Amino acid sequence: MESFTNHIAIAAPLLQDDINTDQIAPILHGSRSLKEDYKAMLFMRARQCDDGGEDPNFVLNKPQFRSAGILVTGQNFGAGSSRESAVWCMLANNIRVIVARSFADIYRENCLQNGLLPVVLGAQDADAFTARVVAVDGHAPFTVDLVSQRITGPGGPDISFEIAAADRMRLLEGLDDIGLTLKHMDEIVGWEQRAGAAQPWLQRAQDSRR
Amino acid sequence: MSRTLFDKIWDFHLVGRRADGRDLIYIDRHVLHELHAHHSFAQLEKQNRRVHRSDLTFAVQDHTVATKPGRNDDTNPSGTAFLKAMREGTRKNDIRLFDIDDPEQGISHVVAPELGIVLPGATHAVPDSHAATVGGVGALAFGCGTSELTHILATQVMALKRPKRLRARLEGRLDAHISAKDVALRLIAELGVAGGRGFAVEYAGSVVRAISIEQRMTLCNLNIEMGGRSGFVAPDDATFGWLKGRPYAPRGAMWDRALDYWRTLRTDDEAVFDREVALDCSTLEPQITWGTDPSQVVGISGRVPELTAIDPARRAAAESAFGYMGLAPGTPLAGLPVDRVFIGSCTNSRLPDLEVAAAIVRGRRVAEGVVAMVVPGSSTVKREAEAAGLDRVFRDAGFFWGESGCSMCAGGNGDRGQPGERCVSTTNRNFENRQGAKVRTHLASPATAAASAIAGRIADVRRLLSGAA
Ligand code: SF4
Repeated sequence: MESFTNHIAIAAPLLQDDINTDQIAPILHGSRSLKEDYKAMLFMRARQCDDGGEDPNFVLNKPQFRSAGILVTGQNFGAGSSRESAVWCMLANNIRVIVARSFADIYRENCLQNGLLPVVLGAQDADAFTARVVAVDGHAPFTVDLVSQRITGPGGPDISFEIAAADRMRLLEGLDDIGLTLKHMDEIVGWEQRAGAAQPWLQRAQDSRR
Repeated sequence: MSRTLFDKIWDFHLVGRRADGRDLIYIDRHVLHELHAHHSFAQLEKQNRRVHRSDLTFAVQDHTVATKPGRNDDTNPSGTAFLKAMREGTRKNDIRLFDIDDPEQGISHVVAPELGIVLPGATHAVPDSHAATVGGVGALAFGCGTSELTHILATQVMALKRPKRLRARLEGRLDAHISAKDVALRLIAELGVAGGRGFAVEYAGSVVRAISIEQRMTLCNLNIEMGGRSGFVAPDDATFGWLKGRPYAPRGAMWDRALDYWRTLRTDDEAVFDREVALDCSTLEPQITWGTDPSQVVGISGRVPELTAIDPARRAAAESAFGYMGLAPGTPLAGLPVDRVFIGSCTNSRLPDLEVAAAIVRGRRVAEGVVAMVVPGSSTVKREAEAAGLDRVFRDAGFFWGESGCSMCAGGNGDRGQPGERCVSTTNRNFENRQGAKVRTHLASPATAAASAIAGRIADVRRLLSGAA
């Protein structure tokens, strides 16, 4: 996984609550291959008008936000399906930070797994930051720094944010999640032996008809 | 010390703590599906890693399979590559696959309990957010993403933060024609789409005890729609009776031993939850969604709410839902003309769901111009339904009777509605465009869906059956 230290980018405001993964990355409709175009997938429907042309009013279609790398949104971002393409399509568009008031659990985990920084701001900070993002309207970038846990940029003072120390470390070091766990293989095998004695039916999954 | 059932299952499965503070939780049963698994097989191969416990891992083809009779890999061309990649990946990794033509193929969340693959007190993971469906038999399940799926394949554990505990007490007695679907929709309406976020939810109370195992699965299935990753019901004699004799369940002396253990799977009387909520279900009427998230719910005799009746923070979303759904505030739900009815999905596609719907449909006809579909949740359900003659009941009434799979739930197999259509659906998500571009989905129970197909309008099943509709 690519490590994350800081990200300097245009911040785009997508100011809705409960944006779900069907909106972020629709399930394949008509694609015939395993290789999906994650760049094009991001908010595919919202980006388009009914006639298939680009909707000029959708925030990421506006000229000043075309290269946005920070997404600013509301409550419960990423609700719905567990599909990880809803994170991959952010990365395919160089969006490496999402600032929200809250995230859906599985989506947040999928972010951490892929080096995408999910920043949660409390109501006051979120209001202030959102106002600044709207005011600057894509004409100057913000910096999100994970080392100092700060957002800096035009229109106001630095905003600090909280993130669990463990999640921060994982992102900063770009740690291989499976590698971290494989260090515990002895414990896993030990558990299997204990469970096999305590609840043997758990360690065997066999079709009794065969 | 007093513990909740969640704590008992979690603590038993705690393998260790990782350097980053996460708990490593052993996964007893892991079920994959074709939409996501191919990524993980490719990742494993690239990283040169092996599947640690292929014997505890299962795979199904469900999301992209066609429902047309006589289907094969190519019936839904957008699924072909996924089906083949799954076959290839499971063969290489020695994983039992319930393939498209397997007599026990079906939706993962339907197949795993039905075959006794998941058990009370077991942990379970699926790369699909509705994994908690199997909480209906007292298993602790986690929906996961693709990276997590790869992680489980390689290690058989998940690295998790311990969630908080919520108990939802569902009290009272359900009236005739009211089901777990109605209860769940009401609960989501009360708690909101994020009300369960960060919690493992234990469903308790007299309603839970009274309903069938299949209904408990419906209840747990919808847990994610209020943001909860895991939700379950403590197992009881009904659960044990339901599981006994299923192919993968323990037998003989092992069954007796398991049963002794399973009887300890309950929350201690003094145990404390981080949050408790209660819902009196005695006066509940059939519930239906009017909007584009599963919390936008009213009773069947209700109306699309006025903006002033909605929490100010939710008004923008409601206004956008009015537009998408083509509904003005104040419009009564019952009586809205429908174009399509879908009965199926991991929420409501088990045999009792189909029995309920068939009892309403029997001897009646689907209204002119309505496309109505029934898609059983598994090939086993389909076979059992056919043995009971339900397929005839549905077909005689004008329903399409399909091969099992996810079908119109998310449309990943090409089964989708047309733009602008109003659809009453027994599925779990009414998100915009989920059942096809611009399709207007109303989530409801199988009884409400069946009644609406007959009436050609959103219908109150109680009125239809009493001849008043
Ligand atoms: S039926 Fe729907 S929710 Fe259930 S597994 Fe399939 S796509 Fe997911």
